[in-house]
Amino acid sequence: MDTGYHAWMLVSASFVLMMTTPALALFYGGMSRSKSVLNMMMMSFSSVGIVGIVYVLWGYSMSYSTNEAGESTSVLGLFANPFEWFGLEGYDPSGYIGVGFQLTFAVITAALISGAVADRLKFSAWVLFLPLWVTFSYFPLAHMVWGGGLLSGEEESLAAWMFGVTDGMASVAPVDYAGGTVVHINAGVAGLILALMLGKRLGFGKEPIKPHNLPLTMIGAGLLWLGWYGFNVGSIVFPADGTEESNALFIAETGLVWLNTTVAAAAAVVGWMVVEKIRHGKATSLGAASGVVAGLVAITPACGALSPIGAIILGLVSGALCALAVGLKYKFGYDDALDVVGVHLVGGLVGTVGIGFLATSGGLFYGDGAKLLVVQVVIALFAMLWSAVFTFLVALLVKAVIGLRVDEEAEIEGVDFSEHGETAYDFGTAVGRGRSLVGNTTTDKVKEGASA
Amino acid sequence: MKLVTAVIKPHKWEDVREALETFGVAGMTVSEVSGYGRQKGHTEVYRGAEYDIALVPKIRIEIVVEDSDAGDIVDIIVKTAQTGRIGDGKVWVMPVDSVVRVRTGDKDEAAL
Repeated sequence: MDTGYHAWMLVSASFVLMMTTPALALFYGGMSRSKSVLNMMMMSFSSVGIVGIVYVLWGYSMSYSTNEAGESTSVLGLFANPFEWFGLEGYDPSGYIGVGFQLTFAVITAALISGAVADRLKFSAWVLFLPLWVTFSYFPLAHMVWGGGLLSGEEESLAAWMFGVTDGMASVAPVDYAGGTVVHINAGVAGLILALMLGKRLGFGKEPIKPHNLPLTMIGAGLLWLGWYGFNVGSIVFPADGTEESNALFIAETGLVWLNTTVAAAAAVVGWMVVEKIRHGKATSLGAASGVVAGLVAITPACGALSPIGAIILGLVSGALCALAVGLKYKFGYDDALDVVGVHLVGGLVGTVGIGFLATSGGLFYGDGAKLLVVQVVIALFAMLWSAVFTFLVALLVKAVIGLRVDEEAEIEGVDFSEHGETAYDFGTAVGRGRSLVGNTTTDKVKEGASA
Repeated sequence: MKLVTAVIKPHKWEDVREALETFGVAGMTVSEVSGYGRQKGHTEVYRGAEYDIALVPKIRIEIVVEDSDAGDIVDIIVKTAQTGRIGDGKVWVMPVDSVVRVRTGDKDEAAL
């Protein structure tokens, strides 16, 4: 057993958890309006709370469980038996670190969706949506891609069905290193479906709905970048044989993934800023922060398959395309409030499909033909279809039970107050902090309370 | 007596304050305000979406002075606050009927 590896995996799991709280909460919180920043952050916190529990109860089992003979409990390659290791009963505790790491992926994927629904989704609807959505969309896709299911490189997968089998594995195996399909395409499609079902925010496209605190957003983006090393570099599987050769290979791959993650994000910042400079004359802070995320999203599935040059190209393309894509919501009229579609769906597609072009082994640009490209397109399309259908069904159910959208008055007042009874900022009044100009009613009440 | 009111660009405020102090203006009221003139605010871009921001931040200065000083004060403000670019602001002068110092009850010129 390699203690260094397991120590790193504990750090990685904690890094990925940090991506949700506080990184994503800050990233999204800063972009929302001052009257809905707390609700935005609460959607991230509640994802940790709810998905974290669900994952241990049946999430891990539904993604990866095997029976006592060590065979996958897969149902048609779509999902594994949720009750095989329910609550991790019967699961070997020496694998708990891996469970924890995977748990954090489910948590952040669900939280990513919240950016599309800012300002108007009922908090109770979100709380009900979370466990249902991870159960019907996230866990099955995680099983299909990483758990040996339909979108993996196993003998019974779509890739094997298309291009045949070599030595018991698909001849052209799909690549999704750390979650292009399972995490980003999945969250992006879910965001789009929810945005369409919820409808536009009041005043969308008519009045300015500006970010209320861009420094928070930039801190969040920076923390996301840091956490992403846990996400990508933590996804490398340690070779079990422990030979010197495989150890060296492991170290080389670790360095490659770290470098690729870094340069892709760096290039995407540049790509986004260049597009902004050309289109609007100025490179903005929100653009730079968004570029970081766009690059990280794109490199997520591809970080182990590309050379550093390939990663730079992928980052540039992703930064530029996502910068152009965030404008689509105004063109098509769907209100994806904080651009989950423009950044995560588009970035996830750029990464997943880009592998078909840029992979040093199997990529079109490296003279290996178009088979990998076809496989990547097929898994991306399948993931989009799956996510769209099950997000729609889950959201329909939630709508029928408690409704999706807050009423108009609550939306105007702000979901912080209507959903949580709180407001984020209190700057006092012009004359005296918290005092009424006509009579000191507030102060008097406090005094009465104190003497009673 | 006259009330001189000036609306100027915020970054010119320190220059104007110094010039008025040198001239001998004893006191003034200053506030941060927002508004627009012929230039109609400015445009901000967030992730490709352009927002027209109608109101731009300005500084408003109010000074009550003796009739004889009003013209000089207006000249000083215009000279120091001028950049030559759009949005430099406005200065206007209005008559004041009476002034009372709250602390002593002094009236008119004695209260300035």
